[in-house]
Amino acid sequence: MAPDVEAVFRAEYGRAVSVLVRFLGDIDLAEEAVQDAFATAVQRWPATGVPPSPAGWIITTARNRAIDRLRRESSREARHAEAALLHAADTPAEEGPVRDDRLRLIFTCCHPALALQAQVALTLRLLGGLGTDRIARAFLVPEPTMAQRLVRAKAKIRDARIPYRVPRDADLPDRLNGVLAVAYLIFNEGYEGSPELCAEAVRLGRLLAELMPDEPEVTGLLALMLLIESRRTARQDEGGALVPLPEQDRDCWDRDLITEGQALVRRCLRRNQPGPYQIQAAIQAVHSDATTADATDWSQILQLYDQLMALAPSPVVALNRAVAVAEVSGPAAALTLVDALDLARYRVFHAVRADLLRRLDRTAEALAAYDAAIALSENPAERAYLERVRRAL
Amino acid sequence: MKYYLLSVMQPVGEPPAPEILAEIGKRLDVFHQELREAGAWVFAGGLHGPESSTVLRPHDGDVLVTDGPYAEGKEMLGGICLIKASDLDVALEWGRKAALATTLPIEVRPFMHEAEADGS
Repeated sequence: MAPDVEAVFRAEYGRAVSVLVRFLGDIDLAEEAVQDAFATAVQRWPATGVPPSPAGWIITTARNRAIDRLRRESSREARHAEAALLHAADTPAEEGPVRDDRLRLIFTCCHPALALQAQVALTLRLLGGLGTDRIARAFLVPEPTMAQRLVRAKAKIRDARIPYRVPRDADLPDRLNGVLAVAYLIFNEGYEGSPELCAEAVRLGRLLAELMPDEPEVTGLLALMLLIESRRTARQDEGGALVPLPEQDRDCWDRDLITEGQALVRRCLRRNQPGPYQIQAAIQAVHSDATTADATDWSQILQLYDQLMALAPSPVVALNRAVAVAEVSGPAAALTLVDALDLARYRVFHAVRADLLRRLDRTAEALAAYDAAIALSENPAERAYLERVRRAL
Repeated sequence: MKYYLLSVMQPVGEPPAPEILAEIGKRLDVFHQELREAGAWVFAGGLHGPESSTVLRPHDGDVLVTDGPYAEGKEMLGGICLIKASDLDVALEWGRKAALATTLPIEVRPFMHEAEADGS
């Protein structure tokens, strides 16, 4: 694909598919029509140049392709869809409904009747325009497995008739949580080593924030991702080992992302409808505020963790809170909290315990805890760091 | 409109105490009444246990008859409810009500054929 077309493809694929799904009532037909239109663009644009409204051109061309295709078929459904398409041809392609179409597509992809893995794959495929091969690579599954997963999910949407609409107000909070969980899952998957997935999650976060400006948790999730993303380069040393937050070179942090993330945190907290994503974003904002690790306002972070525990308690949140307790009240108090948690299968639990034991000069126990963390760690960067600290003991 | 089958997944073994069954029965009556009022009702009924089943298998142009269920399991199909709904969200909403009424898992599965919006 030519660079021009590639850029338009990545930016507009989801928008075009979402509009065509509404016309055609079928995701596969919509994808085919949009891919046809891009194939035409690849042939034409080098000679004619990119049209003034590439998205409009793609949607119009896809619609015409779909009409041609439907005319070649003669079933009742095809005639019905063709009439709808012709009727819709009079409406401009980029007015209000388009915004709703993308929201409809998001809620369809993230429908709770689909397995979480299928929701993630559909979201990346239909909204992000990512190829099946790239999604498979990012999630370390064979491409045929991923292709099969997408085929099954699309078939279920069609056969069980998962509706193409934004949920009613009564269902929206639940359903929105599902959408945010998918976006954050994509981000966390990327955090482990696929920058492309992180970028995709941030793009999705920006889209959600644009489509749902009145949902503070949506803003909170975007802020959280931007603030974590701002430390990407500082998070690894030359040898590829993980550099934990206190040891990072803060000059390497991306100031633009921090400024944007912090502004979003301030904006959503002003609405005074706190939620888990907003509070986690606020915690990251406090870290981003500190010019040195020693300047971190740990008591504020601890207060935020108390709030998070009240809203969305979980053993993992309690573990992170204990890290803040160690900074405010000392490692002994934190160790008492950590030892009460049932997280023996979670590598971070052992890494936190090891660090606390090290600070308490309980070296033998610290070594055993590092060994447990190293044994559970699947990420080479993280393992390299843990092994270095263990050796230093 | 589409037809959906709601299957009640019932554990094999002793049924609950009569007073509990009576309570469930009352709740199911309310549920079925709701379906009728919404125009979503097609058919519903409970099934006798797997010990009452008979299986027929085609075999060399003939048919073999065996006593008992097709597959032994810890759960059985305890009853079915056939409904009409415009989409899966509506069908799942009915399924949720069925799960609360029966206190049992409900499987929701679409039929291939379209349902007529008016009458059945």
